[in-house]
Amino acid sequence: MSADPGGLTFLDRPNSYIGRSVPRPNARRLLEGRGVYVDDVAVARLGHVAFLRSPHAHARIVALDTADAKAMPGVIAVVTGAELAEVCTPWVGVLGHFKGLRSAPQHALAIDRVTWVGEPFCAVVAHSRAEAEDALAAIMVEFDPLPAVVDMETALDPATPAIHAELGDNLAFERVLDVGDVDAAFRDAALVVEETFQFGRHTGVCLEPRAILADWAAADGMLTVHHSFQAPHMMQDILCKHLSLAEGAVRVICKDVGGSFGIKVHIYPDEMATCALALMLKRPVKFVADRLESFQSDIHARDHRVTARMAFSAEGDILALDMDDLTGIGPYSVYPRTSAVEANQVVNLTGGPYRHQHYRARARVVLQNKAPTCQYRAVGHPIATMVAEGLVDLGAARLGLDPLAVRERNVIPDDAYPCAGVSGIKLEKLSHQAALAKLKAMMDYDGLRAEQANLRQRGIHRGIGLAAFIEITNPSAAFYGVGGARISSQDGCTIRLDPQGGVVASVSVTEQGQGTEGIIAQIVATATGVPMDKVRVISGDTQATPYGGGTWASRGAGIGGEAAWQAGKALRGNVLAVAGAILQADPGSLDVRDGAVVDAGTGTERMPLAELGRIVYFRPDTLPPGVQPEFVATRHYVPKDYPFAFTNGVQASYVEVDTETGFVRLLKHWCVEDCGTVLNPLLVDEQIRGGIVQGIGGALFEHCLYDSEGQLLNGSMADYLVPMAGEMPDIAVAHVVSATASSEIGAKGAGEAGTAGAPAAVVNAINDALRPFEARVSRQPVTPEVVLEALGLI
Amino acid sequence: MASECPDRAHAVAFTLNGETVRAHVPARMHLGDLLRQSFGLTGVHLGCEHGVCGACTILVDGRAVRSCLMLGVQADGATVETVEGLTESGRIRDLQDAFHVRNALQCGYCTPGMLVTAAELLDDADAAASREAIRAAIAGNYCRCTGYHAIVDAIASTAEARRQGRPNAGREAAE
Ligand code: FES
Ligand code: FES
Repeated sequence: MSADPGGLTFLDRPNSYIGRSVPRPNARRLLEGRGVYVDDVAVARLGHVAFLRSPHAHARIVALDTADAKAMPGVIAVVTGAELAEVCTPWVGVLGHFKGLRSAPQHALAIDRVTWVGEPFCAVVAHSRAEAEDALAAIMVEFDPLPAVVDMETALDPATPAIHAELGDNLAFERVLDVGDVDAAFRDAALVVEETFQFGRHTGVCLEPRAILADWAAADGMLTVHHSFQAPHMMQDILCKHLSLAEGAVRVICKDVGGSFGIKVHIYPDEMATCALALMLKRPVKFVADRLESFQSDIHARDHRVTARMAFSAEGDILALDMDDLTGIGPYSVYPRTSAVEANQVVNLTGGPYRHQHYRARARVVLQNKAPTCQYRAVGHPIATMVAEGLVDLGAARLGLDPLAVRERNVIPDDAYPCAGVSGIKLEKLSHQAALAKLKAMMDYDGLRAEQANLRQRGIHRGIGLAAFIEITNPSAAFYGVGGARISSQDGCTIRLDPQGGVVASVSVTEQGQGTEGIIAQIVATATGVPMDKVRVISGDTQATPYGGGTWASRGAGIGGEAAWQAGKALRGNVLAVAGAILQADPGSLDVRDGAVVDAGTGTERMPLAELGRIVYFRPDTLPPGVQPEFVATRHYVPKDYPFAFTNGVQASYVEVDTETGFVRLLKHWCVEDCGTVLNPLLVDEQIRGGIVQGIGGALFEHCLYDSEGQLLNGSMADYLVPMAGEMPDIAVAHVVSATASSEIGAKGAGEAGTAGAPAAVVNAINDALRPFEARVSRQPVTPEVVLEALGLI
Repeated sequence: MASECPDRAHAVAFTLNGETVRAHVPARMHLGDLLRQSFGLTGVHLGCEHGVCGACTILVDGRAVRSCLMLGVQADGATVETVEGLTESGRIRDLQDAFHVRNALQCGYCTPGMLVTAAELLDDADAAASREAIRAAIAGNYCRCTGYHAIVDAIASTAEARRQGRPNAGREAAE
């Protein structure tokens, strides 16, 4: 934490808002139903698009006749893949630093061949969505079904056809890591435990479905895109590239976004098609996915099968870890982040909290005829955490040791940093020991164990599950830039002082509900000395904000927040220089507090900012000679010393298993995490809680089910279970604070922590409850059926 | 064919947020779309359009109803209130304040439906006496962002304040 020009750290600054639980300034609007999501934007001459989507997992399109559809009432245009390809070029989702990663060119609308159930291949634009859907039914199409590659376990067999013949087989990517002497460590171990973990595919289920409205104004050569999205500048860049437009001809606006979680940071064919259609038809076109389309075509994630073993000494030291991860990603690697990142993260993160020195991992990423998978909240983290934490618990049980004690024994000690994790990741400062100690006290671990033992006597089966984890946040250009993807990892903030003494801050990080605008307002108010209610934050508009990456991978606070802090300090410096000239005082003897220039030593007001604004903007003729006020400042920030700010945490779950029905009741959940400086406890805690419930969804409920032909079986919210309030527990959250020295504010990210650790905590708790039965579950979601199978009852 | 046209419009009249309104509604249009498209009430959010998520919840004749499960023509003669109307009447001001103070919303997409469901529950503050009862009452409203804990807190504190006759407690805390 560094000192500001006034000689105070930001926490000591008078009127500091940092660290305080101030409510979000933009929430009132949302609470009154005054949000503006894409579907709320009203424009004249709007066309609504609906897509014809493949009913087959894999098929050739033999014939496509759109004549009848074109004649339907209200229809503006019917466009096929080949027609659209004249406007929109295809893309390939690979990255240069993932050696050997392969995918095939993907079009906005499929041409000749469809590769998953739900892939769009023809579009109808009509005066209403209903009319567009009516016309879809009138399109004549003839398919020649092709064999579907469904099972990831057999996708690589020589007998399985290659989805893209030109690739030769279905292996998209493979990575092998081998550190230390794994074989020797296993040979010498007192105990080796092994398990195969299966992770069901699930998806984001943002409550606001994906939505985009593209408006091509031919007269001024401007494509304005309203998009429910996380990375407006990235979308602008990609639209320019594939629609052959100049950067200045595209404006992307992401106003209110109804949930994103990584789902809304990828390039979707239907969204690209909507923009291309607006260009073709020279009018605004809107696409809002319905829920079935969301389930079929939002990216899925977490389709993994991992076999892993862990070696222990008799005392409970973790000696080595050896794992094999197989994951299915659908027919294409998703552009531009690629679908290989999840498996890559699993390799990087598994066992990350621990200090063992021998680690071998293989990850294979295979193509299949299901919806494409890509990056969803906490990419790879829940898989990595489950594998390691499941094995730690298994090892502890076999050795007769307490699982919390085994973790305390094995985590990288808090005084060991900076250091490298066994997979080669660079760790600046983590706090596993402090986090475990805090968790133990917070949950009354010993008391809970006693309660568990008591209830067990009475036939009530409760379990306590723990999960320690690390989390990747604040990614630098080493994440994507290095691989050639034009995904910005730097962010910027511009702050302007207004004549009335308020400020407007525009930032390139975006708001999807996590509170980005709120923390930026807090930081800007603190840095500039302006009261928070006089700070207005603008985000989510490529034409009104500095260039930057947007919000993904928990980078809003740590990267966008630091840019705002630096810009705010610069503006305050400019203000004080001018005020000093007017007041004939040394700028160093002045400060800005609560909207006024004050004497830094005594706090006595010298001049309100509104007066300064009046002079500077309306009477600059009265300023001393040579004074040229710049009441606007811009700063950008990107972390440089570490590729990522790793964070850590530990979660615990307390569950009750009904051993007759297989139902699991969540009783309580705890999380201690370390995101560095906590800018706003209210916002961070709710981020964590929301993340935990998403993790619980994956552990117990959520599953995109396909049959052996690649048909999605549960494409509605009635069939795909999501966590609802009735089943969720109360969640206690606490923090350890290790500020990152990479930035002045010291904030790391917190968005993934909840999702990273929750599934392992819950599954470990279930297995703890089942221990008297010598039963174990290792397949997610852990449905009642899975529990009953484990108990041998079905 | 004409008589079967799904777009054939029917005249309806109803009370909407305290005003009498008229519209011609295609037979197949659900009430949520009608409120959004004909009356600009974009506070009515659509998350699933098959009655599961609760985002589109409104009050019809005082009862919480999913506007995606009711046809527009069925509103004829009814009294309909959306989050906009409840906001303007001030009826849920304390609840909105409590949501604000507690950060019981993130993206805000579930929020109008959640508030309407809670408004109905809070008509009888004693019915919201326990966290379990609140969780059960909002169990039909999906929220992907918050994890529900803060929402339960906000409803519980509003119920408590109403029981104690301090309906402005949330606002005082917010200010
Ligand atoms: S939109 Fe009506 S319940 Fe989901
Ligand atoms: S706040 Fe986003 S769905 Fe509830």
